[in-house]
Amino acid sequence: METVGALIIAKYNYWAVVVLIVIGLYAMIAKKNLVKKIIGMNIFQTAIILFYVSIGAKRGATLPIIEHAHGHGGHAVQAADYINPLPHVLMLTAIVVSVATLGVALALAMRIYFHYGTLEEDEIQKKIIGNEPAPGDGTG
Amino acid sequence: MKRLGLVAVIIFGALLFSVSFELPDLGDAQSPASTHVSPYYIEHTLEDTSVPNIVTAILADYRGYDTLFETAVIFSAGLACFFLLRITGRKAPKARFYRHLPTGLTLRIEKGGRLPEESREFERIDSVWVPSDVIINMTCRLVVPFIQLFALYVIAHGHHSPGGGFQGGVIFGAALILFAISNNLRSSTRRLSERSSALLGSGGVLIYLGTGLLCILLGAGFLNYSGLSVLPGLDPVSARSHGILIVEIGVGIAVTAVMVWIYYNLASAGTQEEGL
Amino acid sequence: MIWQLDLIILLMVVVCGVAAISIRDLLGAAIMFGAYSFMMCLLWSIMGAVDVSFTEASVGAGVSTVFFVAAVFRTTRRTSD
Repeated sequence: METVGALIIAKYNYWAVVVLIVIGLYAMIAKKNLVKKIIGMNIFQTAIILFYVSIGAKRGATLPIIEHAHGHGGHAVQAADYINPLPHVLMLTAIVVSVATLGVALALAMRIYFHYGTLEEDEIQKKIIGNEPAPGDGTG
Repeated sequence: MKRLGLVAVIIFGALLFSVSFELPDLGDAQSPASTHVSPYYIEHTLEDTSVPNIVTAILADYRGYDTLFETAVIFSAGLACFFLLRITGRKAPKARFYRHLPTGLTLRIEKGGRLPEESREFERIDSVWVPSDVIINMTCRLVVPFIQLFALYVIAHGHHSPGGGFQGGVIFGAALILFAISNNLRSSTRRLSERSSALLGSGGVLIYLGTGLLCILLGAGFLNYSGLSVLPGLDPVSARSHGILIVEIGVGIAVTAVMVWIYYNLASAGTQEEGL
Repeated sequence: MIWQLDLIILLMVVVCGVAAISIRDLLGAAIMFGAYSFMMCLLWSIMGAVDVSFTEASVGAGVSTVFFVAAVFRTTRRTSD
């Protein structure tokens, strides 16, 4: 059983990821404003990206760009000298997808605002259930 | 509801925390993630493709199929924003505001009437109008060409330094959005209209797809760039390097166009008339 | 990877994240989200993921924040929670 200090140094990134996931999930569930929910979704996505990037880190290794590439040819490239590049590639796609989802989510929030006149979830529910006439489809 | 939500996420967080002890230590070079597939990529990228940036080589060559669909996802997000928000000419609101320059009076003209655009005494203003600031205008005009040049550098130099098609495309799109924010949206729409940005977006995806189909026509598999080596002056290794450059240019064009397209639709709420 | 710097920036990331969902003004929440995104970019730079941090700097702290501000401009800025 390692000492507590060694345990913290080995795993503190994962604990920060857990804290950020809890923050993002709380914002998505419990906040009433639609824009706050969208911010919570983005916090959740970047926390997952942090998790994958910290899996790929290696102590004492350098960036995944091969040095002295076209100068001297002929040294063999050792895999232990470079950080694992595969999680970085997967996370590039994840960032792209997160900005695409953000654009569509904001467009949906704007349409809801133009139709119901508010962005708070409980007021929208009252307007739907109470069958009050919606303020119309103005363009704000 | 908030208390129930707090309790639920804290229980979830405690479960994740108890599992985190099983994960490999930070920085461990013998962890399972670093010992199966990735040593092959690190050791063989330079001799297979002569591209020193391993991340760009994996993204555009070894795993190029995923990047093709990622570009398609970005284009369909722009398309979804367009379908959600765009209001065509007939249903758009018709009141226009003009300002008489010598006296500072504002006119509001209803029902689609309009004054000539190049008139010297009247300028068209937005319904939420602030006087245009000389400092912001001139500074942004001076800075935007340098940002665009830097974006082209990032795309072209993605083989040797961090960067690549996606990053350069976003920086180029951000330069165009900066121009639209500092002047008004109409001056930006006059230079790059919404229709052209939509066509450029689909053009970028088609460049990527076209490179893959060209490789089939020349005899190799889909997106196998060593098939391009039948063209004069290329051996299989440098054909892969050039193939990576062509698809990065395609991704850059698609991403620029889609960022500008989504901004036009969000800032003007679909009407393309007034903006931030 | 320098672990002291890592720990300080992780703390700033958590503080920015909590602030981004607690501010009552939606424009302020959008700007805090931009700051959170930039802190994440620094964190990934320290861990050696330069391509990922370049992308997050241009996308998150650039274009994403502009989209949020444009959406807040067209809807409303007040919120009650």
